[in-house]
Amino acid sequence: MLSYILRRIVATLPVMAIVALFVFSLLYIAPGDPAVVIAGDQASPEDVERIRQSLGLDRPFLIQFGSWVWRILHGDLGTSIFTNLPVSAMIGQRLGPTLSLMIVTLLLTIVVAVPLGVVAAWKAGSLIDRVIMGFAVFGFSLPVFVVGYMLAYIFALELEWLPVQGYTPLSSGFWPWLENLILPAVALGCVYIALVARITRAAMLEVLQQDYIRTAKAKGLGQGGILFIHALKNAAVPIVTVIGIGIALLIGGAVVTESVFAIPGLGRLTIDAILRRDYPVIQGIVLLFSFVYVLVNLMIDVVYTLVDPRIRY
Amino acid sequence: MDRRTVLKGLAGAGSLALTGGLSAPAIAQGAAARTLRFVPQANLANFDPIWGTQYVVRNAAAMVWDTLYGIDAQLQPQRQMVESEEVTDDGTTWTFKLRPGLKFHDGEPVLSKDVVASLTRWSARDPMGLMIKALQQELTAVDDRTFKWVLKQPFPKMLYALAKNNSPCGFIMPERIAQTDPFKQITDYVGSGPMKFAKGEWVPGAKAVFEKFTDYVPRQEKASWLAGGKQMQLDRIEWIVMPDPATAAAALQNGEVDWWENPIADLVPVLKKNKNISVDIGDPLGNIGSFRMNHLFAPFNDVRARRAVLMALSQEDYMRAIVGDDTALWKPLPGFFTPDTPLYSEVGGEILKGKRDFDAAKKLLAESGYSGQPVTCLVAQDQPITKAQGDVTADLLKKLGMNVDFVATDWGTVGSRRAQKTPPGQGGWNMFHTWHAGADCINPAPYTAIRANGDKAWFGWPNSPGTEKEVASWFEAKNLDEEKAAIGRLNKAALDDVVYAPTGFFLSYTAWRKNVSGITKGPLPFFWGVSKSV
Repeated sequence: MLSYILRRIVATLPVMAIVALFVFSLLYIAPGDPAVVIAGDQASPEDVERIRQSLGLDRPFLIQFGSWVWRILHGDLGTSIFTNLPVSAMIGQRLGPTLSLMIVTLLLTIVVAVPLGVVAAWKAGSLIDRVIMGFAVFGFSLPVFVVGYMLAYIFALELEWLPVQGYTPLSSGFWPWLENLILPAVALGCVYIALVARITRAAMLEVLQQDYIRTAKAKGLGQGGILFIHALKNAAVPIVTVIGIGIALLIGGAVVTESVFAIPGLGRLTIDAILRRDYPVIQGIVLLFSFVYVLVNLMIDVVYTLVDPRIRY
Repeated sequence: MDRRTVLKGLAGAGSLALTGGLSAPAIAQGAAARTLRFVPQANLANFDPIWGTQYVVRNAAAMVWDTLYGIDAQLQPQRQMVESEEVTDDGTTWTFKLRPGLKFHDGEPVLSKDVVASLTRWSARDPMGLMIKALQQELTAVDDRTFKWVLKQPFPKMLYALAKNNSPCGFIMPERIAQTDPFKQITDYVGSGPMKFAKGEWVPGAKAVFEKFTDYVPRQEKASWLAGGKQMQLDRIEWIVMPDPATAAAALQNGEVDWWENPIADLVPVLKKNKNISVDIGDPLGNIGSFRMNHLFAPFNDVRARRAVLMALSQEDYMRAIVGDDTALWKPLPGFFTPDTPLYSEVGGEILKGKRDFDAAKKLLAESGYSGQPVTCLVAQDQPITKAQGDVTADLLKKLGMNVDFVATDWGTVGSRRAQKTPPGQGGWNMFHTWHAGADCINPAPYTAIRANGDKAWFGWPNSPGTEKEVASWFEAKNLDEEKAAIGRLNKAALDDVVYAPTGFFLSYTAWRKNVSGITKGPLPFFWGVSKSV
């Protein structure tokens, strides 16, 4: 297993290299110029050109790419064109809020979606099933920002239970940290809960038709034991897969959620960097996200072996 | 006890102490009252007011760096760091003396050598600074508190140049910082203004914090914009960046922030209904909407085509598209200068007044030789003001029978594409939309957009010798009457040649919690004099 994990990690290197080349090329040919944004409206073309030169943006593509790769190989993601801060430091500032949001959303999803899916499968065709699946369709259909605004209006403005915006680090206390994350996590989790609940239901329906479930019932096992110990474990592979795929959804959704709830995370950093053409920041973030995707896929493969002993690498 | 407190209680006894479920001690309440949470117009992405000229940088910099002179609410330059000045009879030698006791945030005294280095850096980037630099013979420190600027010929607008609030302002930095190449960003943010920049708490795109500089020596006069005594009532100012206006509105209503610099017009009615919130016009100098036509290529290289567009243009359509139906927020502008300021002029503005004459406009367009070629119209969709204007322009051009190539893009792309001098079909353009802060349009000095010196002019590169002649007349004017006369002629010349198309004058609101007081109207948010009660 260890050699498999190492092989997979090594295999990520060419993937990262291709991603790096792709992103750098895309930004190079994309319209827009950070020097123009920096110089401001009053600047003369000569001023813009001098800023471009000072940033090294006037150099040929291969030289720019080469120096960027060289820095990456030395563990340096570069310096933001606008803030003059190291990209790694900027990512470090934003990692905590995004990770917090994703962890709370993920936990919320698993705690809510999996039991809902199991119950829907158990009561397939009944009113409970229809209500749960109706909720799932609702969750799928509503855009994150609409859910976000509705939640903020009800729970922050009207009921005054929770804050509208912001982020408090965990070091300031558990409740202050969680308080700021509840609404964003629910907003972001809606789609995800719907997806996982539906997949769980489908996987459970298939498993509940199996002979060994009938045997378990014949042995007189309780309903809870059958559903959550025998059936769910055997339905876990597709559920784990969709949870993994969902992390990609979470990263995309975090961009919107962080804007709606003014959370200073990586999503907002990405948008700001794209709008200003802050190339080093965009490149750093895309590399990070690519690495996270690869890592999540690896983790899912490892989890498969835990939930299904037949899978070996 | 409200429901939030109950909810917090349910989170567990272990976390109760962290929840704020108990009343804050008196000392904490005092600290809260001396901390202002402010939502700025944009993200403070960098903090070098000479290198980056965005308004948001200027607004933050005005707290951290002081200026030699400050512009007041009457648009007059007043002494700020300077104690006195002398100018020789021939107007070529200026000698300035600094106020005693001025200190930088690192405890070092403000010396003439710091001023010389700061003005040298500023004058390499600022349009007025560049004009002074072109006339400069020497800029030297005479002693620790005295410096001298010797020019080859008089520059009557010297004090205005040093006081103006247009970006970049003449901020004074320590010599070691001011010696940075003006085209490279500083990394040290030490100033001598009333607030210090808390670099360690800066999260670009999210938060910037400013702390009171206790050694600041304010002037004794009453504060007026950037002039007078900058007395700080607050210990700490937190800038909280909120990209989403609905979130900012909700946060203000919920008491999570104290002051929102520029609420969008759509949300103002909601804020006005809230008994805890005050809403008022933020900047009385407002903004001037505009679109620029490319004078280098057909059809707008012919003044008749440009005039045809102006004849058909309805400023009301543009203004309603930008600010909605609140008529208190806009007014027509048959000219180029900011309404209700001393140099405002409507001379030559008839073309923008009265009923729009599409038949005459179409006839003039035909005379210009326009024969249906595409008109490349750049419209940034990520800026509500440019998007609204772009939609109105597209409709206007179609009504005139023009073939509109509507390029919907983002502001970053417009920013780089508008600099292209290639023909429209080869990466260039025919029109783009923007707007100008009214503070930049009170006279020709900071008003780059009004210049019409061809290749050296702003994007669109208008060439109007008549306009340029009157710009020079204004610079040479010796009194307000002469200035007014020059501006009247300038306004007419610029409209005759259609240097650009003004789409109207519009204002915007600012909103704050009622426990905040001392907010004054102005071209930037002034924090001195602002206080807050719990």
